[in-house]
Amino acid sequence: MDALDRVVKPKTKRAKRFLEKQEPKLSENIKNAMLIKGGNANLTVTQVLRDVYALKKPYGVLYKKKNITRPFEDQTSLEFFSKKSDCSLFMFGSHNKKRPNNLVIGRMYDYHVLDMIELGIEKFVSLKDIKNSKCPEGTKPMLIFAGDEFDVTEDYRRLKNLLIDFFRGPTVPNIRLAGLDYVLHFTALNGKIYFQSYKLLLKKSGCRTPLIELEEMGPSLDLVVRRTHLASDDLYKLSMKMPKALKPKKRKNISQDTFGTKYGRIHMQKQDLSKLQTRKMKGLKKRPAERITEDQENKPKRIKNN
Amino acid sequence: MEGQSVEELLAKAERDEAEKLQRITVHKELELEFDLGNLLASDRNPPTALRRAGSAPEAELRALARDNTQLLINQLWQLPTERVEEALVAHLPEPATRLPREKPLPRPRPLTRWQQFARLKGIRPRKKTNLVWDEVSGQWRRRWGYQRARDDTKEWLIEVPGGADPLEDQFAKRLQAKKERVAKNELNRLRNLARAHKMQLPSAAGLHPTGHQDRDELGRAMQVAKVSTASVGRFQERLPKEKAPRGSGKKRKFQPLFGDFAAEKKNQLELLRVMNSKKPQLDVTKATNKQMREEDQEAAARRRKMSQKGKRKGGRQGPGGKRKGGPPSQGGKRKGGLGGKANPRPSGPGGKRKGGQHPGGKRRK
Repeated sequence: MDALDRVVKPKTKRAKRFLEKQEPKLSENIKNAMLIKGGNANLTVTQVLRDVYALKKPYGVLYKKKNITRPFEDQTSLEFFSKKSDCSLFMFGSHNKKRPNNLVIGRMYDYHVLDMIELGIEKFVSLKDIKNSKCPEGTKPMLIFAGDEFDVTEDYRRLKNLLIDFFRGPTVPNIRLAGLDYVLHFTALNGKIYFQSYKLLLKKSGCRTPLIELEEMGPSLDLVVRRTHLASDDLYKLSMKMPKALKPKKRKNISQDTFGTKYGRIHMQKQDLSKLQTRKMKGLKKRPAERITEDQENKPKRIKNN
Repeated sequence: MEGQSVEELLAKAERDEAEKLQRITVHKELELEFDLGNLLASDRNPPTALRRAGSAPEAELRALARDNTQLLINQLWQLPTERVEEALVAHLPEPATRLPREKPLPRPRPLTRWQQFARLKGIRPRKKTNLVWDEVSGQWRRRWGYQRARDDTKEWLIEVPGGADPLEDQFAKRLQAKKERVAKNELNRLRNLARAHKMQLPSAAGLHPTGHQDRDELGRAMQVAKVSTASVGRFQERLPKEKAPRGSGKKRKFQPLFGDFAAEKKNQLELLRVMNSKKPQLDVTKATNKQMREEDQEAAARRRKMSQKGKRKGGRQGPGGKRKGGPPSQGGKRKGGLGGKANPRPSGPGGKRKGGQHPGGKRRK
């Protein structure tokens, strides 16, 4: 445990728990996101960050003050923030003449920047602009990616992976079906990415599965991919490494037929077939007279073969 | 008639079912890919309807979103469910999309000195009770920590033991002993920590057998193992075709600070003599080698010129002044391997040789 590995040990149990939460574990905590404003962030970008914070509550931190950094040139200040607030996802908003309404979304591995993608906001409709009831914070959203462009280039594939990582929320074993509240829909079309979020209305259909109707709820963005800073292949591979303990265990000696019949394999030691216990049929039992005649028959046979 | 009505009923029931299902079915060319652990669906169909919509695709986007969500919900409703406190709960599978971790895998900590010893001897920790009965205070107290059961620093009366100095402060002695114990414990903890950190340093990179060592690391590990005997590797056998490791000796040789006085005196006097003399001193070997090299270069240049001329003039034999041939003569002592040249060097026209005939220069490559 890292808390005990330090030269200066934590003096209270609370400090020890705080340190234990931050150390690397087999199955990790839910990723926190930090939302940072750049030195020249305008109203649009600030509103976007606030809306994303509302979506990501309570697993997010919104920094209120402006931070004058440039993520693509110098990543040290981002890494420092990440280490202090223990956040591995970040979103940085800025605005200047060359890159208007700029949003940098990225993630960290071991408190160093892994992937960063710069997106330009072309159109933005905020949570405030759409006047209807919103869903409670902390619900797990449904994610849908549409369009074949998400698999074509490496950039888009990583962007899809990054967006899943950013928006997915906690991993739960069970989910209350009536509580599925909202869906985030990403469409890639003509080089643009349309991000829409809808509230789910479950209507009665004739059968058990309900009929879906959508109501536009939250932030909707039209994004354009600008610059990217993707991790090299081996760093990415290193970050994807799964611990052996979490890998699914193989069940040996059990196989299934195409019809669904389960077959098991038993390994036995070598059997002496002459000593096999078969069914005894009294009528077929050899009498002593017959056994002698059989021996006599066998002997001439042997002489013939020679 | 009855049969007919039964058939009719069945057909009607089927039609009703189909109608109901129609409301929730969505037709797609390519099936979506679902990752229900993440509540994720990926639609690979090319968005043709959207492309037609042009600049204001909101309605089209909403229709597409509705269709995709319907399909995802259909999948989710097919999961095994159970009732937990009046709510219908579906059991989600493991998330299928592989996402990168946020921190590296935890490394196993090396064992402390006590843990190694316990493992060796097979000592296992005994289960102890949390509270111990304290006679002095007449209550159950914790075994260690704040207000523990038998705290010898907190006694108000200590009898002076038999052989001790009567003027010694026994209370202070006990406090001192406790401080020493605490300091010793801290020292051991820090030592264990230092040992653990040293294990994780990369200077012992190739020396611990992992499955992924490269050739150089294995070679280094083998050499280190060879030298790690009591006689520092002197009596270790080598395999039949194994070569001695190169570069394992000292890199620079220095003369000892004071050793051979006579040789030192001689060297210094020679140095002074050379500095004083007016005539330049000639290093015969160097001169010969330089000369030889110059001659070789000239011969090569001439050969090249000849071959070019020969090509133009149809391969005639050019002025054969410098033809190589003849019996090999004492060209010079050759040191080591020859490298490329197999034919010995003849003594050509020796007119250019400076410094007269010399016994032979060492040809240094």
